[in-house]
Amino acid sequence: MDLTILIVKGIIILVIFGITLLIATYSTYAERKVAAFLQDRIGPNRAGPWGLLQPIADAGKMFFKEDFIPSQASKWLFILGPCLAMLTALMSSSVIPFADSIRFAWNKVNYEIPVQAIEINIGVLYIFGVVSLGVYGIMVGGWASNNKFSLLGAIRAASQNISYEIALGLSMIAILMMTGSLSVRAIVAEQASFFEWNVFTQPLGFIIFLTCAFAECNRTPFDLPECETELVGGYHTEYSSMKLGFYLFAEYINMFVSSAFISALYFGGFHYPFMNEIGSALEKSLGAIAGHNLATAIQFVVFFGKIFFFIFFFMWVRWTLPRFRYDQLMNLGWKTFIPLSILNVVVTGAGLLYNFKYATWLIAIVMIVLAVMSTARAPKQAVIPQRS
Amino acid sequence: MQLTNRSKQVSNKEMTLAEKMYLPAVVGGLAITIRHFFRKKPTIQYPEVKKYLGPVYRGHHILKRDEQGRERCTACGLCAVACPAEAISMVAAERKKGEENLYREEKYAAVYEINMLRCIFCGLCEEACPKQAVYLRHDRMVPVFQERDEVVYGKEQLVEKMDDRYIRVANSEVKATPTEPSLTRAAT
Ligand code: SF4
Ligand code: SF4
Repeated sequence: MDLTILIVKGIIILVIFGITLLIATYSTYAERKVAAFLQDRIGPNRAGPWGLLQPIADAGKMFFKEDFIPSQASKWLFILGPCLAMLTALMSSSVIPFADSIRFAWNKVNYEIPVQAIEINIGVLYIFGVVSLGVYGIMVGGWASNNKFSLLGAIRAASQNISYEIALGLSMIAILMMTGSLSVRAIVAEQASFFEWNVFTQPLGFIIFLTCAFAECNRTPFDLPECETELVGGYHTEYSSMKLGFYLFAEYINMFVSSAFISALYFGGFHYPFMNEIGSALEKSLGAIAGHNLATAIQFVVFFGKIFFFIFFFMWVRWTLPRFRYDQLMNLGWKTFIPLSILNVVVTGAGLLYNFKYATWLIAIVMIVLAVMSTARAPKQAVIPQRS
Repeated sequence: MQLTNRSKQVSNKEMTLAEKMYLPAVVGGLAITIRHFFRKKPTIQYPEVKKYLGPVYRGHHILKRDEQGRERCTACGLCAVACPAEAISMVAAERKKGEENLYREEKYAAVYEINMLRCIFCGLCEEACPKQAVYLRHDRMVPVFQERDEVVYGKEQLVEKMDDRYIRVANSEVKATPTEPSLTRAAT
């Protein structure tokens, strides 16, 4: 690899890193605004124009709070916990393909560099590895606090994350089977035409993936690791100041990364209808390099549009649904999602064998029919014995 | 026993599969919340925008003067007796010769103080006063205190200025609580 590529790669990595942090920061603001709007309120509007400086004010507050470490806690693990959570959240953003590639000429050599921090052909495996490490951030934090409530919260978080990771992986396997590659870029490339987007070929897998992504991010309705009533807070009961900030911030980074993956794996990533036509038209009118880069910029914007929609969706759901009870959560994970995702894999495999991509619609149709039938047959009102 | 006709019988019937699948209910919930997202917000941006609170609102106290500018209060002490919070205290004095244009009766309040930290704005002082001397303005609130020694209002804060006379009128035309004197007088 020559130096130019290295420098450009470095710049791309820095930009992606910066964008991730910026979006995570402003997600906290967006969360409060969206919450307020959904509840007919106005939300933060005092710090700066429309309250836009609110995240900075929040961060300032976090920094100046007392940094407290319980005397009986194991100090280094206590510090390590939030760092781990933050680190794993940030690491998983590195394999997201944000756009196609940028082209430029330098010293009479033409370069074409993909807009992605690292392009590895085991991207999906890498994500699984890093995401499953994220549990350690919570677990170490809860354990190191030396507090039984924190420990209980951490254990709950760990068991929840692990049980939903299985369904998450299984639902993704169907996509891997269809693409035949573990590279995220290859999966995105597979969805070039609109009706091949995985959300249309894998509707059930999409719903399972989406739900498990919610559970992985510990977002409502799966925010069981925290609970004021049972756990006096949760795995972060003993945390204060910026260490708590790291935990909360990691959640927002996770949300951003999950949204990016949902759009990359199921909504065609940076693809949009008539992308190739627009791209070639731009290249024809502006020249190969400028036109291509402009097309890449458009892809970038489109991709972020999808990501923002899903971030909004995460918040929308958070302020709509009540949280699950813990046994319901476990039932849903183990008794519903895992069997369904296995079924999804089997049907996808059969569909591939007979060259029918939309095979998993059969499951969806069967389920809808069953649901309608059960509604039709159900008695309107159960007969309740009257008290005399 | 039926208390209202809005009661609903509790039933623990089995859920149908559609209900068990949970998704239709989720979509329904999402539809409800997104409708609220686009709804007009009922919030009033308070310190900037103020609402007209009606002619019966009880705000800032005022000690009235009559048309010739004489203080109406005769320091009878009925308001202080009526006050449940014991916020009012006063020192009475006798009117001297030559002060007839200042005070309406022979006795007047040399000192008249209301402790605004104690006052609960019940308006009983207003009702007790036989001379129509004390009122609670409907159009002005007591400003926020910054210092402890600002909370006892003496006659400087209470007695009305002749160029800013308080008249209570019901006027729904006035949208915000008028704090400028011009708005108050325009309402007459
Ligand atoms: S409004 Fe009520 S509490 Fe306040 S001074 Fe008058 S009587 Fe006392
Ligand atoms: S304000 Fe009225 S009630 Fe109070 S002392 Fe004066 S005249 Fe009497």
